[in-house]
Amino acid sequence: MSHTHVLAAVSRLDKVLIGLGAALAGLLLALPLFGSPLIVDKLTLLMIYIILAVSWNLLAGFAGLVSVGQQAFIGLAGYFVLRLAEAGMAPFPALIAGAVVVLLVAWPLSWFVLRLKAAEFAVAMWVLAEAIRSVIMFDPLVQGETGRSLVTLNAIDADLRRTAIYLMAVASAILVLAVSYRLLRGRLGGESQAIRDDEEAAGSVGVSTMRVKRTIFLISALGCAIAGTLWLASAITYQPRAAFGINWSVFMLFMVLVGGLGSFLGPVLGALLLFALQEAFGDFGAWYLTGIGCVAMLFALYAPRGIIGLITDRLGREPLSMRKELDVRSERRGR
Amino acid sequence: MTQHPSPGTGDLHNDAPPRAVVLSADRLVKRFGSLRALDTVSFHVRDGEAVGVVGPNGAGKTTLFAALAGTFPVNEGRISFGGQAITHASAETRNALGLARTYQVPRPFLGMTVFENVLVAAQAGGGAGQAEARDLAADVLARTGLMPLANVPAAATGLLDRKRLEVARAIATRPRVILLDEIGGGLTEAELVKLIALIDSLKAAGLTIVWIEHILHALLKVVTRLVCMAEGRVLAEGDPQEVMKDPSVRRAYLGSDPE
Repeated sequence: MSHTHVLAAVSRLDKVLIGLGAALAGLLLALPLFGSPLIVDKLTLLMIYIILAVSWNLLAGFAGLVSVGQQAFIGLAGYFVLRLAEAGMAPFPALIAGAVVVLLVAWPLSWFVLRLKAAEFAVAMWVLAEAIRSVIMFDPLVQGETGRSLVTLNAIDADLRRTAIYLMAVASAILVLAVSYRLLRGRLGGESQAIRDDEEAAGSVGVSTMRVKRTIFLISALGCAIAGTLWLASAITYQPRAAFGINWSVFMLFMVLVGGLGSFLGPVLGALLLFALQEAFGDFGAWYLTGIGCVAMLFALYAPRGIIGLITDRLGREPLSMRKELDVRSERRGR
Repeated sequence: MTQHPSPGTGDLHNDAPPRAVVLSADRLVKRFGSLRALDTVSFHVRDGEAVGVVGPNGAGKTTLFAALAGTFPVNEGRISFGGQAITHASAETRNALGLARTYQVPRPFLGMTVFENVLVAAQAGGGAGQAEARDLAADVLARTGLMPLANVPAAATGLLDRKRLEVARAIATRPRVILLDEIGGGLTEAELVKLIALIDSLKAAGLTIVWIEHILHALLKVVTRLVCMAEGRVLAEGDPQEVMKDPSVRRAYLGSDPE
């Protein structure tokens, strides 16, 4: 049987954007050759923000699972890296393994939290994050409030270390973006959106709701865990209160809601905005947090679909939309 | 196999031997608090049948559908589909086996387009691969008259199109049996004609249909057997005309005493 029905071709704009993205990725990977250490450090942070925003958007924007406890995986990843390094693993392998080990915690957790609905899920995730932090603070290795440094990583030459962590961050961001693009364009994208819109109806058309939610939950947890290890790698010191801080959830919410919930490009734009705001106003301390709150409020009131919504209204279509469009012209030819 | 008076054989136009029972519910009980929404309901559907379900509001019709489709577990009784016990199976498992349902108040995936709504059903319930699912979804859109709306957000469609989308999504899962819950409700007479034509085409294509409907003239055009429920029980079943003449049915359903 020949397949006559096709999806509409990728638009010119999207092709240009993907090309630009690829060029930008190449530029970012080459940056350590000519960029100053300060720029490299700052861009590492930007990559961490992008990874976090994309991961949170997968969960909330596509599967409808709003969590304010993803810092559980950020904090846990850092902790596992410390533990693995303490057990004798070399620092860079520990950074990768630490993130993967988080899945061993996220998987059993998913059986419990994914049975909860909406607000219960959101709050349960926060409670879990706090509970896990409390437990970890009992570990003598972490020394409670004091925290601990990843000493073996600190022993590596500063320039080499900076470049390596930066490259890991860029590679991870590219990976997270590419994986989520593939998944959302495929079957999982449609299934997760169906669950977001109406979980019972999704089940009635054969969507294995638990399996889909668990898959998205685990991918998102892994994304946050990668961000967590990268953050530990660039900060060197691990303090449970910071690693499990609710700030992370505030940032993720800000980036995704301001960028555009449930869009592909929105979280990236939101991460850029948060990064820019921190660069511009970070010196004002607490006032800058107030400013971020005001920006979020203005968006909620006047541009609820975020930056991507403003762009979509102007262009008439969403750039890099995950929408699957049936090519109705080929439809007529085919019949 | 069943003690019911005339399962499937009530169809006067069908002289062929009765076909196998595909969907069977045995003595179902569903309680909501002290209310017995289903009070020992037995219900059987044969392959290729078109069964109508009528009864006053609160009779338990939609509850029966929800129990059959796996929306919630029953308190007592057994359900089997194609000879397989599904009493404890999830809704998605039942759909995968070939049992699809539509909702009385349409529940489209509002954040997706009409095509995406059908595509996800074709992939998940229909088990179709990427390219195959596109063909299946496009075919279903053409059959249900939704092709012109393929790329329109489901949230932007009207009631008739949402009702069609309910049917489209259900048949995209490639079911053997489809449960239609008041698919005609709220439509104008002209819209109803189009919808009946659609359901007739499904029947002609060999799909087994179970249809809850208050609009009797629409229902009686399609169904070959009628089941009347009241207060969580099956009052009568069999040939549609006979059932509508049954005194207990007239009392419960039409609110008039037979004279």
